[in-house]
Amino acid sequence: MTPDWYAVTGRIFDIQKFSLHDGPGIRTIVFLKGCYLRCKWCCNPESQEYHIQEMTLGGKTRTVGRDVTVEEVMAEVRKDRTYYRRSHGGLTLSGGESLAQPAFAQALLAAAKEEGFDTAMESTACAPYEHITPLLPYLDHYLLDIKHMDSHKHMAFTTQPNEQILANARRLAVEAKELIIRVPVIPTFNDSPEEIRAIAEFAASLPNVRELHLLPYHRLGQDKYAGLGRTYTLPDIMPPSDEHMQALRKVAAETGLRVQIGG
Amino acid sequence: MANFKQYDTPKTARVSRLVENLFATPPQIEADRAVLLTESYRATEGEPIVTRRAKAFEHILRHIPITIRPDELIVGSSTKAPRSCQTFPEYSYDWLEAEFDTVATRSADPFFISEETKAALREVHTYWKGKTNVELATSLMAPEALKAFNVGIFTTGNYFYNGIGHVCVQYDKVLAVGFDGVRKEARAALAACSVGDADYAKRSHFLNAVIRSCDAVIAYAKRYAALAREEAAACVDDVRKQELLIIAANCERVPEFGARTFYEACQSFWFVQMLLQVESSGHSISPGRFDQYMYPYYKADMDAGRITPAFAQELIDCIWVKLNDLNKVRDAASAEGFAGYSLFQNLIAGGQDANGVDVTNDLSFMCLEATLHVHLPAPSLSVRVWNGSPHDFLIKAATVTRTGVGLPAYYNDEVIIPALMSRGISLEDARNYCIIGCVEPQCPGKTDGWHDAAFFNMCRIMELVFGDGMVDGVQVSIHTGDVSTFTTFEQFWDAYQRQMDYMLTLLVNSDNAIDAAHAERCPLPFQSALVDDCIANGRTMQEGGAHYNFTGPQGFGVANMADAMLAIKTLVFDRKEWTLADFRQALADNFGRPVADEHQVTAVAAQVAAALKAQGKTVAAEAVAAAVAKVMTADTVSPEKKARYDRLLADIDALPKFGNDNAEADEMARAVAYTYTRPMEKFKNPRGGQYQAGLYPVSANVPLGAQTGATPDGRLAKTPVADGVSPAAGRDTHGPTAAASSVARLDHAIASNGTLYNMKFHPTALAGRSGLENFVALLRGYFDQKGMHMQFNVVSRETLLDAQAHPENYRSLVVRVAGYSALFTTLSRSLQDDIIRRTEQGGF
Repeated sequence: MTPDWYAVTGRIFDIQKFSLHDGPGIRTIVFLKGCYLRCKWCCNPESQEYHIQEMTLGGKTRTVGRDVTVEEVMAEVRKDRTYYRRSHGGLTLSGGESLAQPAFAQALLAAAKEEGFDTAMESTACAPYEHITPLLPYLDHYLLDIKHMDSHKHMAFTTQPNEQILANARRLAVEAKELIIRVPVIPTFNDSPEEIRAIAEFAASLPNVRELHLLPYHRLGQDKYAGLGRTYTLPDIMPPSDEHMQALRKVAAETGLRVQIGG
Repeated sequence: MANFKQYDTPKTARVSRLVENLFATPPQIEADRAVLLTESYRATEGEPIVTRRAKAFEHILRHIPITIRPDELIVGSSTKAPRSCQTFPEYSYDWLEAEFDTVATRSADPFFISEETKAALREVHTYWKGKTNVELATSLMAPEALKAFNVGIFTTGNYFYNGIGHVCVQYDKVLAVGFDGVRKEARAALAACSVGDADYAKRSHFLNAVIRSCDAVIAYAKRYAALAREEAAACVDDVRKQELLIIAANCERVPEFGARTFYEACQSFWFVQMLLQVESSGHSISPGRFDQYMYPYYKADMDAGRITPAFAQELIDCIWVKLNDLNKVRDAASAEGFAGYSLFQNLIAGGQDANGVDVTNDLSFMCLEATLHVHLPAPSLSVRVWNGSPHDFLIKAATVTRTGVGLPAYYNDEVIIPALMSRGISLEDARNYCIIGCVEPQCPGKTDGWHDAAFFNMCRIMELVFGDGMVDGVQVSIHTGDVSTFTTFEQFWDAYQRQMDYMLTLLVNSDNAIDAAHAERCPLPFQSALVDDCIANGRTMQEGGAHYNFTGPQGFGVANMADAMLAIKTLVFDRKEWTLADFRQALADNFGRPVADEHQVTAVAAQVAAALKAQGKTVAAEAVAAAVAKVMTADTVSPEKKARYDRLLADIDALPKFGNDNAEADEMARAVAYTYTRPMEKFKNPRGGQYQAGLYPVSANVPLGAQTGATPDGRLAKTPVADGVSPAAGRDTHGPTAAASSVARLDHAIASNGTLYNMKFHPTALAGRSGLENFVALLRGYFDQKGMHMQFNVVSRETLLDAQAHPENYRSLVVRVAGYSALFTTLSRSLQDDIIRRTEQGGF
C-alpha cells in the first residue's frame, strides 16, 4: 500500500508561483524552513532557522513559517497544472534546506509525481546521504549548490565544511536522475576565475553531469536581515558585472560543460 | 523549421525611408473630401439617399487631390500630407468647429489645421445644419436614454458622431474578379429584378449605387495610373522611373480586374482598404485574414519564379507603412479614450480554415516579420491560436511581443469558434473568423457586427443601487429601495440586477436610435458591395443587408464589481461588521480621501486660468493653482471619521480579490459578468440581428473612470476602472499564472463580442529562448482554461518609473533580475533603478 503522502506535515515559509529559473518550464517553488548552513550572502535569511519567527519589512511585521500538510501545499501547487503541462514545468523544493525535513520533502515530491508534475530540488546536499536516498525515486532534477572547493573558505562563509557536500555530489552524480551543479557567484568569496575553474573542474569530473549554472550575487534579501534584527555582513559588495560573469562563464565552459548564467 | 520557410529578410532601406517620411511632418486636417461631398450633396437634393451617397463618393474620387509619396511601391493616399485626415461632416461637425483653435495643441492626438482649411470647413458646415446623422439620432432617442447617456452611465458616442466601420469586407472577391466583376454581379442582380417587385425602388437604386461606386473606384485607380506615367516621364532616376511605370501598369489593371501577381494583389488590396475609409469615417476597417486571401497570389508567383521572398516582404512592409498613413480626427474627449491616432485596422495571421485544418503559411510569418520591420501600431496585428497551431509560429509571434511593440494580440480558436456558433453562425463561417478593431470576432465578408456599440460602465450601476436610481443629483433610473433597509445579500444583488436591466434597455434604445439614423442618412453602397448578402438582398448593410447582424456593447468594471460584491457580502451580510449605510456614507465621502489628485488639480487650474484670461482677468498661475488645490483637496471629514474609513479600507483590503486564483473571488466575478452579458442576449437591433455583449473598455476605463465615484472594493473616486477583464490594478498579487487562471474563470464564450486581457511584462522576463518558450506556455495555459484573448504590454522605462511612484498599481509586474525573476515593486529602490537603466538600454 502506498503511504498517505498527503497527510505528512512540515514547515514552510513561502510558496512562489511562476518561477522560471529553478528547473525547466513554469514552476511553483515551495520554500521549506530550516537550513544547516548560514551563508553570509543568503537572500532568504528567514529560511535559516527552523523555528517560526517574526520579520519586519517596510514597517509591517509578519510571521515567517507555518506548519502545513502536503495536501495543503499541493492544493496551491496544482492550481498551475495547466501551465506545467504546457511548459514541462512543475514543483521545485527550495529553502532553507529540504533535507532538514526529509520525510516532508519526500512526501511533497512523491505527491507531485503522483499528480504527474516534474520535480526539482534546490539543495546544498549538506546532510547524511541516507536522508537523500528516499527522495531520489521522486526527483527529476537535483539542483546542487557547490559554493567553494576550499573547505576552510567554505566554512568561513557558510559555517560548514564542504567534504560531506562533495562526497554526496559524487554519489548523486551516479544515482540521481539528473544532477545540475549551481554556483552562487559571490564577490569577495568565490568570484575569481581560479575559484570558478576549480568548481567547474570538479563538476566536470562527476559522471553524467552536463550542466553548470553560475548564479550572480544579488541583493534581493538585504533588507530582510534588519527585519530579523540581524546584521548583513556583506553590505558593501556589488553584484558582479555582466562582463565579469561572461568571463567566468568562458573559464567554466573550458571544462566541456554547458554553462549558463542564471538558472 | 518545420514546414515553414522563415526567410527573416532584413528590412530594406526603402522601408526605413517610408517610415521616416511618415513622421516628417505633423498630421493635418484637410478639407478636400468635405468640400467635394458638400458640392455633390448640394447638387442632388431630393434624390434617394443611397444614390446621393454613391454620387458623392464618385464626385470625391474623381476630384480629390492624389499623390504618390517618395519611394512608394504601393500607391493611394486619401490625403496630400502623410498621416493626415479628411473630415466627415455628414456624421457630425459641431465638435470639430468648436475645437478648431485647440486641436493642434491638445495633448491627445493633435492635428495641425490651416486657416484656409478652417475657412473652407466653416463654409461647408453651413450646409449641414439639421442634416447630420447625429442630429437625427438624437431626435430618435428616448429622453430617458439621452439622460442616462448624458450622466455617463454608458456612452454610445462612437457611432453617434462617426461612421460605423468595424467590418472586414471581401478582399478576396476584389482580388479575384476586380470591381468589374462586382459591377457585373450587381448588373445581373438588377437584370433579375422586375419593375413590378414590391421593393424594386429601393433595390434598384441600391444596385445602381453599387455600380456607380465600382465605376468611381476604377476611375480613381486610373487617375493614379496616369499620375505614375506622368511622374515616370519626368523622372531622371532610371530605377525609380521603372518602378513608376510598374505602378502605372498595376493601377491600370487593378482593382478593375482580378490580380495576376502578388504585387497586383497588394495594390488592389490597398485601394479597397483605403477607399473604405474615404466613404465613411468608421474606424476598425479590418483587413482580417490577409495571410489567407493573399497566399494564392504569393504561392503562384513563387512557383513560377516570378517573385523573391525578399521583394514580397518589402511589399508587405509597404502595406504596413500605408496602414499607418491613414488617420482620423476625433473630438478631444474621444481622442483620450482612443489615444494614439489609432484606426484599429486589425489583421490576423494563422488559425484554421472552414474545414478545421490549420492554414498557417509562409505569409503568416511574413506578417509578423513586417511588424518587426516597421515597428508601428498599424496594423493591429493578431494571431490565431489553437491546439494545432505550429509551435514555431507562436515562438515567432513571441519574438515580436518581446520587442515591446504591444503586438500581436493572441486569440483562442477553441473559445471563439463555439462562441460564434452559439450566435447562429455556421461551423464553417465560425472557423473562418477574423478579428475586428480591438478584440471583436466575426465572420469576414458576411457580417455587420456593430462591434463597438457602446461602453457600459458597470461601476455606475453600483452607484445607482446606493443612490436608489439617482446619480449626481439626477434620478436617471428606477427606484430599487433604500439600501439601509436591505436585510440580505440577495436583496442587494437583486437591486443591482434590476438597475442593470433598466439601464440596458436605455442603452439599447440609444444604440437602436443611432442604428436607424445610419440607415436613413448614411447608407454605404461601396462597403455594402463587398459584404454578403447585400447585393442579393438588394439593400445596404446599414439597412440590414448583411448575412449576419449584431450589436455589441462593451461592459467594463467586472473586476471592481466582483471585489465590491464580495466586500459587501462578507463585511455586511456574513460578518455583520459594517452596514450598507456605512458603505453609502464612505462612498459619498470617498473613504475620507480628497477626490482629486495632483494631475486633476493641474488640469482644472489650467481651465480656470484660461476662463479668467478669456474674461480679461490676469491672475498669477501659481495663485490659481493654489486656490484650486485648496478647494479640490479640502479635507472635509473629521479625524475620527477618517480613522473609521481607514479601518473599513483595511477590512476591504484583507478580503480575497479577483485575480489571485481564489475560487470565491473568481466565482463572484463570473456571476457579476453574467449580470451584464446574460440580459444583453435578449435584445434585438433594427437590422434584424441580436445584441451580444463584450467585456473590454479599449482605453475608456481611464476617462470613464474619472466620472465614476468611489466603489465598495476600495477604489477611490475618479480613479481608473479595471482594464478589460483584467484584475483591478494592483489587486493581483500572486503572479501571472494565478491572474490568468482567474481571468479564464469568467465565461468568455458568452461575451461573444470579445474580451480583453492585458498582461504587463518586462522584456527581461522573456529573455532567451527559454523566455519565449515559457511565454508561449503561459499563453497556452491561459487558453487551455478557456481564455479568449490575451495581449502583452512589454513595459517601458516610463512604466517602471510610474511603478516606482505608484507601486500599488503594479504589484504583479514581473521583472528579471540577473538570473532571477521577481516582482518589481518588491525590489529595493537601487535594484529598481538598475532595472530601469537596463530597460533604457534594451538590455535583454
